[in-house]
Amino acid sequence: MKHLKPINRKAQRIDDLASPAPETMMDASSDPLGEDDIVALQQKTQQPHVPMGCTLAFSPGWEVDAGGGTAGLCQPVERDIYDCYVSCFWPVQVPDHINYSPDWASNCASAAKDWRNLDLVFP
Amino acid sequence: MNTMTAPAADFRTARYRLGELHEFEAADQPYVYLVGAGAIFALDDGARAVLEELREGEMAHGEIVSALVAHGYANGDAEELIRELLFVRGIVSDRIAPALDPQPTAPPADFPLQALVLNITNQCNLACTYCYEFGADKIATPQGKPKFMTLETAKSSIDFLLTQSGSRETVHVTFFGGETLMNFKLLREVVLYANEAAAAQHRAITYSLTTNATLLSDPIIEFLADNDVGVTVSIDGPADLQDHRRIYRSGKGSYEVIEPRLKKLIARHRTRAITARVTLSEGVTDVLRIYRHLKDELGFHEVGFAPVTNSGDQDYAINGDGMSKVLADFHALADEWLEYALENRMHGFSNVSETIAELMQGVNKSHPCGAGLGLLGVSPSGDLSPCHRFTDADTHTLGNIESGIDAAKREDFLSRGHVSAKYECQSCWARPLCAGGCHHEAFVRYGDTGHANLHYCDWIREWTDTCLRVYGAVAAQNPGFLERFATRKANA
Repeated sequence: MKHLKPINRKAQRIDDLASPAPETMMDASSDPLGEDDIVALQQKTQQPHVPMGCTLAFSPGWEVDAGGGTAGLCQPVERDIYDCYVSCFWPVQVPDHINYSPDWASNCASAAKDWRNLDLVFP
Repeated sequence: MNTMTAPAADFRTARYRLGELHEFEAADQPYVYLVGAGAIFALDDGARAVLEELREGEMAHGEIVSALVAHGYANGDAEELIRELLFVRGIVSDRIAPALDPQPTAPPADFPLQALVLNITNQCNLACTYCYEFGADKIATPQGKPKFMTLETAKSSIDFLLTQSGSRETVHVTFFGGETLMNFKLLREVVLYANEAAAAQHRAITYSLTTNATLLSDPIIEFLADNDVGVTVSIDGPADLQDHRRIYRSGKGSYEVIEPRLKKLIARHRTRAITARVTLSEGVTDVLRIYRHLKDELGFHEVGFAPVTNSGDQDYAINGDGMSKVLADFHALADEWLEYALENRMHGFSNVSETIAELMQGVNKSHPCGAGLGLLGVSPSGDLSPCHRFTDADTHTLGNIESGIDAAKREDFLSRGHVSAKYECQSCWARPLCAGGCHHEAFVRYGDTGHANLHYCDWIREWTDTCLRVYGAVAAQNPGFLERFATRKANA
């Protein structure tokens, strides 16, 4: 790399990846920094906002992946609860941050860790 | 069913913001520490300009290019600079969703042991008032358990280490207490046994011990020197500071007893570094005076400091003023460390040397230390624990040397201690090195080994920044010196 100079071992390894030795350059030669590389589901597309973790398919219902199971969800299931709670207008069985339960998740900073603090809501 | 379309390939419409990084400057050279990788890069003017612009907020690709062109950059060069920053994740694009952090998972079941800490006795001839093993915050429950390790248990431990360490060529044994030398007879026999057992497998074992130095005698010193046993001495400084809390049960200080013994040890033992480990506590915060005494007057090769472990309301805990004094002295010693480095001399302040070695590798820790992973503690009864600090604590037994590791308990310990399980650490740039801090400190303070040690976050960040600047200055002015630290943390 031209503008960044590695000064520890880890940085050197990153630099080696960016500037491979000539004999190891194959198809990647036209794209040494990998900007056209697509890794898993990292590339975002221009689409209407869909809450993260929400399934794109509305049938057969709530929380399935494209194959109808739960193994291939693009986000861990815990993520849904926040996206439904905070930003989704759709009436589901989750407290509603916008109107009725603004403090519902205030004791739950990290769903993976603090989910026990999420309580029932009595409207 | 799947309505995903091909990604919009043209990154030139992308918007960028700063990635997770910590910028610092040393010897007039700007640097960036990248949190995701633990990598350190020196920046040129352009790279620094981009990061500065982005500090104000998100920018479009075209805006950055225009800004750079206005600074005199050619168009193509500006594009290349953006590509490089993207590649190292110094900046991130809204076109690329960040990968999720790896969640804590069970470590590989066959993760090879590297070291065992043998608590060969839980008895001590001193009664230091702040002791984590016997003091107010103790977690050990030694009632009804053996006080001294038997030779049989020690031999089983060596066999266990050799079996559980897979294909490692060298493994390590640390002898610990209580006061380790109260069971020196066992120590000597274990070393002889272990040397034979390792040689039979064409492998090597290295040794170290921690002691309060009160029981060092000529024959012991001879043995330690002849067998390359590294020695760490727990000592708090010159007589007035040492005798403040490192005392006998009678209340008498221990300095007078250890001074002549230490001088003999340091004069005779040349095969391994002799290091001092200082516990800073209320009233014992004069780091500079302690360092000078231990390094210059007694002749220790290295001196390391740590604030006393406590639950928060002990009278020996360091207060705010005390901590300011400690930090000021740490910075003075760090400056001195740098001066030495620029003259190709090794300085004995371990707290800098250790961090420099980690920064050089670019370590990025899943756990704060090797406890429960490559390292286990063994109590006199043969019970296994994550490390010596959990010895004899029923709450943290991880099995027994005879029955092996309790996989479920170890998994629980390691999942709690994983940095990804510590919510507060997720936004901290110092987490690659800290990973939330000592499991034992956390348990004493918060009752959970998996809790981040929030009481010293600011201190860790300030100290890591200081060490980064020392590292940057050496990298700019005497880079060859850093090679001396290449092997110190090579297996970290």
